[in-house]
Amino acid sequence: MALNRRDFLKVAAAAGAAGAVDTAHALQREPKTMPPNAVGMLYDATQCIGCKACVAACKEANHMPPEHDAGKSELMWDVPLDLSGKTLNIIKVYQDGNVAQKDREINGYSFVKRHCLHCVDPSCVSACPVSAMTKDPKTGIVEHHADRCIGCRYCVYACPFAVPKFEYDGPFGQIQKCQFCAHLQAKGQLPACCDVCPTGASLFGLVEDLKKEAHVRLSKKPGESHRFARGKLGGNRPTQDGTIANYQKHLYGDKELGGTQILYLSAVPFEKMGLPTNVPEYGYPAITEGIQHTLYKGMLPPLALLAGLVYLVHRNAGKPDESGETPRKTKVKKEKS
Amino acid sequence: MRKQEMSLDGYEGSAGGVTRREFLKFCTGIAATLGVPAMGMQIAEAVTSKQRPPVIWLSAQECTGCTESLLRSTHPTLETLILNTISLDYHETLCAGAGHQAEASKQASMKANKGKYLLVVDGSIPTKDGGIYCKIANKTVLAHLHEAAAGAAAIIAIGSCASWGGIPSSGPNPTGAVGVSKIIKDRPIVTIPGCPPNPYNFLATVLYFLTFNRLPELDSKGRPKFAYNRLIHENCERRPHFDAGRFAIEFGDDGHRQGWCLYKLGCKGPETYANCPAILFGDVGPGAWPVGTGHPCFGCTEEGIGFTKGIHELAELKNVTPPTTYPRITEDKGKGATVTAAALVGGLVGAAAVAGVKFARKLPESSDEASGGRSDKER
Repeated sequence: MALNRRDFLKVAAAAGAAGAVDTAHALQREPKTMPPNAVGMLYDATQCIGCKACVAACKEANHMPPEHDAGKSELMWDVPLDLSGKTLNIIKVYQDGNVAQKDREINGYSFVKRHCLHCVDPSCVSACPVSAMTKDPKTGIVEHHADRCIGCRYCVYACPFAVPKFEYDGPFGQIQKCQFCAHLQAKGQLPACCDVCPTGASLFGLVEDLKKEAHVRLSKKPGESHRFARGKLGGNRPTQDGTIANYQKHLYGDKELGGTQILYLSAVPFEKMGLPTNVPEYGYPAITEGIQHTLYKGMLPPLALLAGLVYLVHRNAGKPDESGETPRKTKVKKEKS
Repeated sequence: MRKQEMSLDGYEGSAGGVTRREFLKFCTGIAATLGVPAMGMQIAEAVTSKQRPPVIWLSAQECTGCTESLLRSTHPTLETLILNTISLDYHETLCAGAGHQAEASKQASMKANKGKYLLVVDGSIPTKDGGIYCKIANKTVLAHLHEAAAGAAAIIAIGSCASWGGIPSSGPNPTGAVGVSKIIKDRPIVTIPGCPPNPYNFLATVLYFLTFNRLPELDSKGRPKFAYNRLIHENCERRPHFDAGRFAIEFGDDGHRQGWCLYKLGCKGPETYANCPAILFGDVGPGAWPVGTGHPCFGCTEEGIGFTKGIHELAELKNVTPPTTYPRITEDKGKGATVTAAALVGGLVGAAAVAGVKFARKLPESSDEASGGRSDKER
């Protein structure tokens, strides 16, 4: 037996240490940039009335089944509690104190819409060992291709926003995530959620334009009037006149994790809305990809490792053990010695 | 516009007491039921043409409820329909003649208008034992139907019985009752199910056919989409109570008195397609439909539900939408570990730990015994 106790424990310790090694802070590669014509959405929580038309429309557009509360026998409502293999889009509520007024942090409430943010530098695409997760070079939509997926669920763990979900309740589960209704956009339609939003809280458009619009809203004083677009920014739908809310002076998704194509405006701090705020201004793949992708480059390092292991086994296999059993590779060994 | 008004000028005299204004109002009303805007004039022209379109109405195993319902329509009234709009050449309840006279009139009309007349059927068709369970003029209604369908431009099956069998076809069905579409396969068939159906759905279909000379758009069960493409649940006046979770639990309880949702009393609105909550019954104003009066919908327009499911049975929701409650930003999920699961996982972890210890013990104490020994031998 080639392995002794000291070696075994040494390897075990090394393996443990490897997991804890702090990666170098220097970026392994340049952060990716947004495609010039990337499409996105501006979700303005102060405009959202919580009607959930987007939740219902999303299910219909993507043929997702309803989700029933496991604790209740009556199958009356679609009651998802979070994103899941059956729910790609959800409206959640932030509540505090006596919940008296909307868009107020203390004693107030706010709605928040959660789905894929379509990162500029997506962790799921980086983590995917095959090419099941892709980012469209033109629109920037992060898409999942079930026919290429091997079901490893690395994307589920890699996503900093906890978006891709696996269908755990079936024998042939797949990854499910918002694809920004790419199938509808291909037909010239709007993503279902933006299409049905009655107030324009979910507003479709080019990310460039949406950022400008968001900064216009942020630059105005609370209470000032503003003309809110509906459906698509610059589209031909009737606008509605409203007033500027007491925004947090920040456009979420502008810089977070290298930027996202879904942008958020809110009057309640973003960390209260369940969005990660203590994050770097570059995507995690900018750090991890250098190491991870070199390890598997063209599958050569793994093949080299395998070759090495085969050689070691080959070299050691001929050694007779204590029981005196006839070595299988005596001949080879003799030639070597 | 001017020309159209001219062409209708002669109408007033022949309308039998109906003024021109009333008549145009009726046409516009029908256009509204159909959901075809600005078609009132076109319908008016169609129904004032010299040749009134012939209609043959066959009654099979029926209760005359469909006809009774039609008698109570007010825009138009039945006499306007049959005296001015269509030429009702045969209808067992409404025929002026009787016996051989009525039969002769029917035969004459079918011969004269071959390929042009509209055939309306109410009641289910018995098929068992050669169809002997319903006979008219010494002939089975099955034979009558085959005969009349052969020359019909289109067939309208009015009522649930003619549409899919209705009451006679549920339960033991001793007469082998079926709907018209099970028997006639080579003619376009519109079904207007309901028990009774709303007369305006029937009238609108007839006038659509007269105006455009084709049938309205139909769903997979042959029902005109203008009337049957939405669930009752979608337009129900009690829907907000459903979304808010306010239900009548039993007849006469607090919720029932306050007009809450009847789903838990067995309302079939969520699985029944019809426009009842939108156009109501009897032209008497709001609330005049089953659910409006406090009785759960029993699904009379839907095969497999009306006369099949018990009135108290819960409906299966055809489109499930979110309620007016919201998940919190972070929701607790799962129910915690069960005792069995905890024991199983604990057992596996323990077994792995023991195996690890045992494996470590079996390894030689130091590296000299193994690698040192080997290198000696190899040298």
